[in-house]
This record gives sequence, C-alpha cells and structure tokens, in this order.
Amino acid sequence: MKAADSLARRARWRWPEIVFWLLALAAIAAPAGKHLILNEIAILALFALSLDLILGYAGIISLGHAAFFGFGAYAAGLICKYATADPVLGLLLAMLLSAMLGLLTSLLVLRGSDLTRLMVTLGMALVLHEIANALPQWTGGADGLQGMAVGPLLGRFDFDLFGRTAYGYSIVTLFVLFVLARRIVKSPFGVSLMAIRRNSLRASALGVPVNRRLIAVYALGAAYAGAAGALLAQTTAYVSLDVLEFNRSADVLLTLIIGGTGWLYGGIVGAFVFKVLQDLLSSGAPQFWLFWLGLFLVVLALVGRDRLHGLVRRAMP
Amino acid sequence: MSAVLETRALAKSFGGLLATRDVTFSLEKGARQALIGPNGAGKTTFVNLLTGVLPPSSGQVFLAGEDITSLRPEARVRRGLVRTFQINQLFADLTPIETLALAVGERLGQGKEWWRRLGAAEPMAREVDEVAARFGLGDVLDMRTDTLPYGKQRLLEIAVAFACAPQVLLLDEPAAGVPEAERRDILDAIAALPADVSVLLIEHDMDLVFSFAKRISVLVDGGLLVEGEPSAIAADPRVRAVYLGESGHG
Amino acid sequence: MATILFDGVAYGMLLFVLACGLAVTLGLMNFVNLAHGAFAMAGGYTTVLLMDRLNVPFLACLPAAFVLSAVLGLLLERTLYRHMYGRSHLDQVLFSIGLVFMAVAATDYFLGSSQRNIHLPPWLQGRVEVLGVAIGLYRAFIIVLCGVLALGLQLALMRTRFGSRLRAAVDDARVARGLGIPVGTIFAVTFAVGSGLAGLGGALGTELLGIDPYFPLKFMIYFLIVVTVGGTSGIAGPFLASLLLGIADVAGKYYLSSALGGFVIYVVMIVVLVLRPQGLFARAR
Repeated sequence: MKAADSLARRARWRWPEIVFWLLALAAIAAPAGKHLILNEIAILALFALSLDLILGYAGIISLGHAAFFGFGAYAAGLICKYATADPVLGLLLAMLLSAMLGLLTSLLVLRGSDLTRLMVTLGMALVLHEIANALPQWTGGADGLQGMAVGPLLGRFDFDLFGRTAYGYSIVTLFVLFVLARRIVKSPFGVSLMAIRRNSLRASALGVPVNRRLIAVYALGAAYAGAAGALLAQTTAYVSLDVLEFNRSADVLLTLIIGGTGWLYGGIVGAFVFKVLQDLLSSGAPQFWLFWLGLFLVVLALVGRDRLHGLVRRAMP
Repeated sequence: MSAVLETRALAKSFGGLLATRDVTFSLEKGARQALIGPNGAGKTTFVNLLTGVLPPSSGQVFLAGEDITSLRPEARVRRGLVRTFQINQLFADLTPIETLALAVGERLGQGKEWWRRLGAAEPMAREVDEVAARFGLGDVLDMRTDTLPYGKQRLLEIAVAFACAPQVLLLDEPAAGVPEAERRDILDAIAALPADVSVLLIEHDMDLVFSFAKRISVLVDGGLLVEGEPSAIAADPRVRAVYLGESGHG
Repeated sequence: MATILFDGVAYGMLLFVLACGLAVTLGLMNFVNLAHGAFAMAGGYTTVLLMDRLNVPFLACLPAAFVLSAVLGLLLERTLYRHMYGRSHLDQVLFSIGLVFMAVAATDYFLGSSQRNIHLPPWLQGRVEVLGVAIGLYRAFIIVLCGVLALGLQLALMRTRFGSRLRAAVDDARVARGLGIPVGTIFAVTFAVGSGLAGLGGALGTELLGIDPYFPLKFMIYFLIVVTVGGTSGIAGPFLASLLLGIADVAGKYYLSSALGGFVIYVVMIVVLVLRPQGLFARAR
C-alpha cells in the first residue's frame, strides 16, 4: 500500500505548524497590552484565509471580497441587536447567511475570464455598499451601526477593554476554522479544486463536475469571510460602512499575496506582516504606509511572487 | 448492436466554416481503431464533439446505445468516455499520486467528500497502486509532475485516463514528442490495454497507426473520406492523394 | 429633462476621453491597468497648479496636461509596464494597484488631501438658453472638444498606418515582429497617448468632478465599466458605453438618490457582464 502511506504523509501535521498554533493560543494568557492588535491580526488572517480558499485553491480572482466580510459584519450586528446577544450563536448565524449570499452570487462568477470575474466581484461589493448606505434605518448609514450589546462569551467571559477575551475568541475561531479548512483542502474535494484551478477543462475530462465544486468553495469562502466580519463586529461592538469598501477588498488581496496563495498559512503570515508594518509605518504620516505598501506590490509583481515565496514555503506543508 | 460509440450525421460549423460535416461513425466494442487525417482535417473538433467540450450544430452522439449529445464533459467521463490529451495538460505541480487519486476518487464518487483525507478510503488507495504499477509509475509517484521525464508524463496521461475506467478511450497522439528511448514503454502500455476497452487512436505517426489499428478511419475536410482495414486504406488511391507530400515516411 | 440629457452626454464624453487610453491597453492589449486614473489625476493637478501658482490660462493648461501625462506614461511604460505585459491578470492587478497606492500617497503628502477646484475663464462660465433648454457653456465646450477627439481617434485607429500596425501588433505580437513592425515602440507610443488623453480628461474634468488624491480609486470602477461593458474590439463600443454611463449616472443621481443611482449602475454592469462577457457592443463570436 504505497499510495495509502504516501497520501497519509501528505496530510500529516508538521512540527512548525504545531509550534505556531501553540504560541498563538498561548498568547491569550500573555500580559495585557498587545491583544487589540493581535485580535485585528487574527481577524484579517481569517479574512485572508477565506480569500485563499477562493483564489488560491479554486483560482477565482476577486476584487470585491469585502462584500462577504461586510455582509457578515452587518449580519452579526443586526443579529446582536434584534435576535440574540450570544456571540457564538451570532457568529454561526452570520456565517450561514454569508454562505447563502455566496451560494447565490457564485452563479455570477462561474463563467467568464479573470477580467469579468474581477469586475463582477468588484461590482458586487459596490452594490452592497450602496445598499448599506441607502438603508440607514437598518445599518446606521454613514454613522455606522451602533448600540450592539454583545453578551459574554459562552455566558462566562465578558469582552474587556484590553481585548483579551476578544483575542481569545478570534484566535480560537480562527484555529477551528483553519483546522476545518486544512481538512477540506487535503480531502478529495480539495484536490479536485486544485485541479480545477490549474486547468478546468482537464479537470472536467477526469470527471470533475467543475461548476458544482466552484459553487461549493465560493460559498465556503463567503462563510469564512462572513465569520471574519462577524468577529470584527462583535469584538468592536460597531460596524461602519468601511467594512464594504474597496480598500478592504484590496487590503485582503494584498495580505494574502504577501503571505502567498494556495497554502492556507499565507493569509496568517500575510496578516501578521501587514498589520505589524502598518502599525510601524503609519505612526509617522499615514501616507507613508500606503506609499511603501504600493512600492512593495510593484516590486513584488515585477520580481515575481513565486521566487519570494518559494523560500518560506518549504518549512510548512 | 455491438457499436459502443456512435455518431449520426454529426456536424459543427464555426461562423460559416464547416469544421465537421455529417460524420456518421461507429466504434465497435473492443475495437483497436485509428482516426487519421492531414493537418486541419478537423480531428480536434471531432474529438471535442465526442467528449462534449463543444456542442454540435446538428447530429447526435451515442455511447453504448444511449444518446449522450446533451451531456456535459464530466458526465460523459463518468459513463466511460475518456480521452487523453495531445500536448501536456497534466497538473504541473501536483504529484502523480494526487492526480491518480483524483481520477480514481471522482470515479468512485468521492470527489465531493470534504470531510475526510484524500486516500483515507482504502479501496481507492489500492486502486491507485494498481494503476501506477500497470503503467510503471510506482517509483515516481511523489515527484512533481513537471519534473518527470517526458515519457513518464505521457504514461501518466494514459494512466490517468485509464483510472477513469473507460469503456471507450480516445488516445490523442499518445507518443508525440517522446524521445525514441522511452517510446517503447508507451507502445507497450497501449498494447497492454485490456481487450474490453475500446480504443480510438488519433494519430499522425503512420508507423504507430499501422502497428496498432485493426481498422482505420480517414477524416478529410471535416468529413469521413473512407474507412476500412489497414491494408485497404494503405492501398486506397484517395488516401494516397491526400497524404501525398505529407510526412516522408507516411 | 433635456438639460439632464445634455449634462449626461457631456459627462459621458468626458468619461470617454478619460477612459479611452484604458480601452486600448485593457481592451486591445489585454493589460489590466488599474492605475489608469493616476494619469488622469496627474493631468488634473497639472492644471490646478499651473493656474494657481503660475496663472497660466486654462486653455494653455490643456495641452500641458496632455504632454505631462503622456511623458509620465511613456517613462513608466518603458521602465515598468513593459515587463508586465505577458504576466497573469493577478500580477497586473497587484502591480497597478501598487502604482495607484504610491500615486495616492505621494499626492496626498505633497499636495494635501483636500479637494481642489479651478476657476474657469469667464467665457466658459454660465448657461445659455437654446430652444428652451438651459445649456452650460463649459459642458458644451467639453462635448465639442471630446467629440472631435473621439472622431480623430477612430480615424487614427482605422485609417492610418500607425493604426493598422497597432492592430497587427495587438493581434499577434510575434507575427507583427516578424513583419518588421516595431511592436515595443508602438505599444509605448500608444500607452503614452492613452495616458496623455487621460491627463487631458483629468484637466477637463477638474471643474466637473473635482480632484483629490483619491481620484484614481474613486473613478477606477467607472473606467473599467466603460471598457468592459463597451467591449474590447475597438473604441466605438467604449464610446457608446461612456455615453450611456454618463447619462445613466446624471439621471440616476437626479431622479433617484445618489446612493440608489450608483446601485442601479453597478447592478446593470453585473447583469451585462454575466450575460455578455465580451461586452455589450462587441461583435458576437
């Protein structure tokens, strides 16, 4: 049974991964002070992970991934205000709703070239932005959605000012969803996605139902993005229109690109680098950050992404 | 009726151009048949019509007596109509084992299983081993596909199609571009295909065609010019006229 | 009603001049250049600065805006863009977003983030009444100027030697090179002219649209709509799409709220792209 062994080896956890997650989870207990930014990193990482499922594994370019992030954020906000204050229940409901939105809109990105997909996803996010803006009685419009009273986590842990509970909540959510995503990409379903991304015609010649797989992974990515949005809404008790803005879609794309696509850890590495650099560079003038980010992208695109990432990737699966 | 694959009055036009005209064709069960024709004769279009990549302008395709004209490519594959590709269209950065596991898994209906690890199902892993052994790929299973010698890549191409459990196998120039030293392996692998798999070989290389095929169909200008035994085809003056000036060893 | 139509046409014409460079780079050369608006911004700021600081008359600013943006385009094409032609769309997106970010940040840093406007010369201000329709003089000026430009471009593309060489180069760069056509030079010149036109559009649009460092991002989607909805087989499609978009935008904002107007435009764009991925006015294949 050579094949069985070899396939089992392919999915095994390596020690750098285990060390990483132990550290990330241990950081919940670290001395107060950095939890707020760690929370932001965890949320961005989850958002980038959701894009990796769509772009890195299924090859669908999106310039409007904030649509699902923002939808999840508003969903979680409204659920908290009008349905239940329990964060975990709210998170699950927001994910479910985002998945349904993903399911519906997946039909729009099935066909077409990269360019069409890029425009359609961009348009989707803009449409949602306009809707949120036009319904201030629900979303608070430009003032943002206020008055969320998020209940204690699991009925026991109140969200504190220093963000310890928030980080714990986000990192555990990220971990659980990561393990699930890891299982999914190592499954037969996951391999069929990898095949579709590389050559969808060839994949269908092996009997892979390409469209159904794309719909499924798009809905999954939408659910993950919705979860990230919901985490942001719940841990900050506030949702503003910028959850749907183009900059957020661009940022998450850049985050993923910095970390590398198609290996799940790309989003996490990218989120860490992105947030830490943003923190350092925008302490001077905010324009500095944008400028260096732009320069980095230009250089990265000119030099080629693969060359840079080949180095990092060898250590992880 | 022993025809396993049949077309009736199959036609395809692009704009005003007729790429396939009125092709009525059949492949017997267990056949070793070749489809030949000069460049631009419409072989690629014909294969795309058979596999469902292109919809025909008119006419029908039957597999084992069932009309499959309106089925999508992947549905045809699941019914056992499988092709190989001429130029390399393998998944470059996947390993042969991943590619084979994908093909076997899809056939066993495991492709939508997201909850368990690829290879966790034992019958599938066993079958991957069998296919790999049959095509001499056992020692390269864990290498990236694009790092394999070209001959091995062509073998993988056929192995992947074989893993889909074909009733009908369309081999599109299986040995094109393979160095002489590795060519033998491919011819052997083709010759060793089980007798119940019906094979249609689409090929330029006349040596290969005449050593393999029991029956030959000649496609010219999108239409079937003539069909028959190799000796009859070789003697046919119309075929000679078409191929005159084509490759020297034809 | 007629005034809205008129304003819409003027806006659409302006959009066309802003976006027609992209119609060539994206539509014909298949290069996703999200930074196209940065060249328009360069033209807009050229005009603002020349008028404010050096008291250059408005009409003289227009050619200056064209030339400066064209030179900028030429420099960037020769140094950076040409390395990105054959790359994946994702790489092109990253590259050009990076350029936009740098342009936005640098403009913000050196020129401030507030919106800038210009004072038009008196003879372009005000409205006249023609057949009961109030017509803005400046908008009439834009329509005439942009109309002439559009016509000239169409003729240049279809009738001149340069046009046929460009079309050959776009069709198959390798074959064109084999025929002795200097593909690199042609692309560079085309890119420069496209950037120059965007700069001219930016200069003309400063009065109507206002200009600030985020201009390239705010109007990016509009330029992309013009090109993708218009179709990629020439500039007639993008021209019609510009007019439609301009009229729809002005009318939408007037009859609906500004948020709903945007909503309608984006929904229409999505529907068009899903039903006709080749664009509304592309020849059926």
